[in-house]
Amino acid sequence: MRAPPVPRPRPGALVSGDPGRLSLFFQQVLNGLTLGSVYALVALGLTLVYGILRIPNFSHGALFMVGAYGAFFVAGTLSANYWVAMAAAALITAAVAVLTERLVFSRLRDAPPLHDMIAAIGLLLFFQAVAQAIWGADFHRIAPPYPGILRPFGMVLPTQRAIIIGAAIGLMIGLQIFLRRTVTGATIVAMAQNREGASLVGIDLTRVSILTFAISGALAAVAAVLFAPINLVSPGMGDLVILKAFVIIILGGMGSVPGAIVGGMVIGFAESFGAFYISTDMKDIIAFALLVVILSVRPEGLFPSPVR
Amino acid sequence: MSPGLRHLGIAAAISAALVFPLVATNDYLIYVMALAYISGIAAIGLNLILGYTGQLNLAHAGFMAIGAYALGILTVDYGVPYWIAFAAAGLIAAALGLVAGLVSLRLRHDYFAIFTLCVGLIISLGIEKWDSLTHGVVGIIGIPAPSPIGPLSFETPVAQYYLVLFWLLAGLWLMNRIVHSLTGRAFVAIRNGEALAEALGVPLMRTKILAFVLSTAYAGIAGALYAGFVRFIGPGLAAEANTFDMVGYILVGGIGTLSGPLIGAVMLTWATQSLQFLQDYRLIVFGPLLILLVMYLPKGIMGTIAARRARRRGLEARRRASDAREIERETAHA
Repeated sequence: MRAPPVPRPRPGALVSGDPGRLSLFFQQVLNGLTLGSVYALVALGLTLVYGILRIPNFSHGALFMVGAYGAFFVAGTLSANYWVAMAAAALITAAVAVLTERLVFSRLRDAPPLHDMIAAIGLLLFFQAVAQAIWGADFHRIAPPYPGILRPFGMVLPTQRAIIIGAAIGLMIGLQIFLRRTVTGATIVAMAQNREGASLVGIDLTRVSILTFAISGALAAVAAVLFAPINLVSPGMGDLVILKAFVIIILGGMGSVPGAIVGGMVIGFAESFGAFYISTDMKDIIAFALLVVILSVRPEGLFPSPVR
Repeated sequence: MSPGLRHLGIAAAISAALVFPLVATNDYLIYVMALAYISGIAAIGLNLILGYTGQLNLAHAGFMAIGAYALGILTVDYGVPYWIAFAAAGLIAAALGLVAGLVSLRLRHDYFAIFTLCVGLIISLGIEKWDSLTHGVVGIIGIPAPSPIGPLSFETPVAQYYLVLFWLLAGLWLMNRIVHSLTGRAFVAIRNGEALAEALGVPLMRTKILAFVLSTAYAGIAGALYAGFVRFIGPGLAAEANTFDMVGYILVGGIGTLSGPLIGAVMLTWATQSLQFLQDYRLIVFGPLLILLVMYLPKGIMGTIAARRARRRGLEARRRASDAREIERETAHA
């Protein structure tokens, strides 16, 4: 998973000294925000589902990939508008996520956690193999809907990155309002906090599970479709993203919504600054090195959730 | 099954393995079988931490790759004699396993699985990027065959087959000793409930680390055998897909059983070979197979057989007990 090359300082920019360096710094801030937004969206779905399953859903990265291919199919083969493709991908992926819940996870509810994890791995392998069988192992592209470049305050901001940041922030606010201010949202939070207690006050576990999986699938799909134009679509595209999302929810506390957002931003910034100031080769390893270091010091994560 | 029957089964399996090269029509079959045994050794190791101790280690293929690379680098780049490198491969894998275990085993189950997934990824990225040590994406070519021990040389595929078989049987024998020892029971106690195990006086951390280090040593030896057998290794060896394959072997054969991982490895390797024409579509079958297994046959082949045997024995015991009671009652009446 490689972002397009980061603009390096040109000789001309160096002459002017500090301003160039400062704008390069803000450039990294923007890149970090872009990456962080995508990671946070994926991590949000993962953390919500964790509240239901109580295991890390290894198949979540496959949902990310399914979303991207869904949009690739709708936008490419059916040549639909980008936003239509995104909506279609969100619907398809939500449906697929609900199917995995109904056919697999709900049946394993009483099984040991090990079995859920292995089943999730089975789903991951299956989805990747299906995508590869249909579309091949090659990389595909989704054309950016607005290929232009914005230049706020002398920085370079491709429109697609602005869309990513805007859409992700909008979605996060929307999700937060949904979870905090609506009764349906509250049932999800309640179920994540205490399954027995939630059932006792009459919350239907099946309904909440279906809803949560649908939301997590849709979030993964939107993240994938936002990210795809500045990246590429391939069967393995979800692998690194999902691993980073795991790192994020460990950092932010499993099941914590604000934790997922903050964690996503931390990893996004660490990567964009690491790629620029340390080495592009090390970019992908930074998140995992961070995880190893943090878990070595604090086995419960940075923000252990108070609920458990 | 009585103990006698069990011994008969083991003897039959070993003699079948011994005569296999004599009846195999070509070297390719022997080659595939030996590869299945090597995967079996790795899977037996993974089963110790996964099946007996209940921790899902997703970095196992990484440790197998470490063993393979240790052997490859030591023999090819440093000219170390084969068997010394072989022992070193196991030790290096176990030592790195100790380091990884010290950090990761403090974590809860789900954190542990994620953490080891990341460890596996770091190993595989490390192998790919650390060109000067590992030859990067090119891999290591021209690894020597195992050097002869006395009159025994291991140049031909048949000789290599017997060498692998020897290590497999040694590994199985050792694993049998481990899981039936007091420590082995401590592993199972941890799997069944960490809090209870700790309350019973099992030193949690030390026992888990022991299981983890032993399992990585198996992975390292399997990797070293692989390197000496295939003579070429690349960074793909550490891919997490290989760990998933091993999890599949264990599930098919029977999680937490002695021979299950080996049976799974042999069966799935041959199934894959005969489905060779499916190549890319293999995982379309394999993924759902994993799911169906944990749903409907979570104990695998050997586990289901063992459970059935236990039930039959239980029924028999109950019948005998009720017979005895009846006789007692009759004699009392008489």
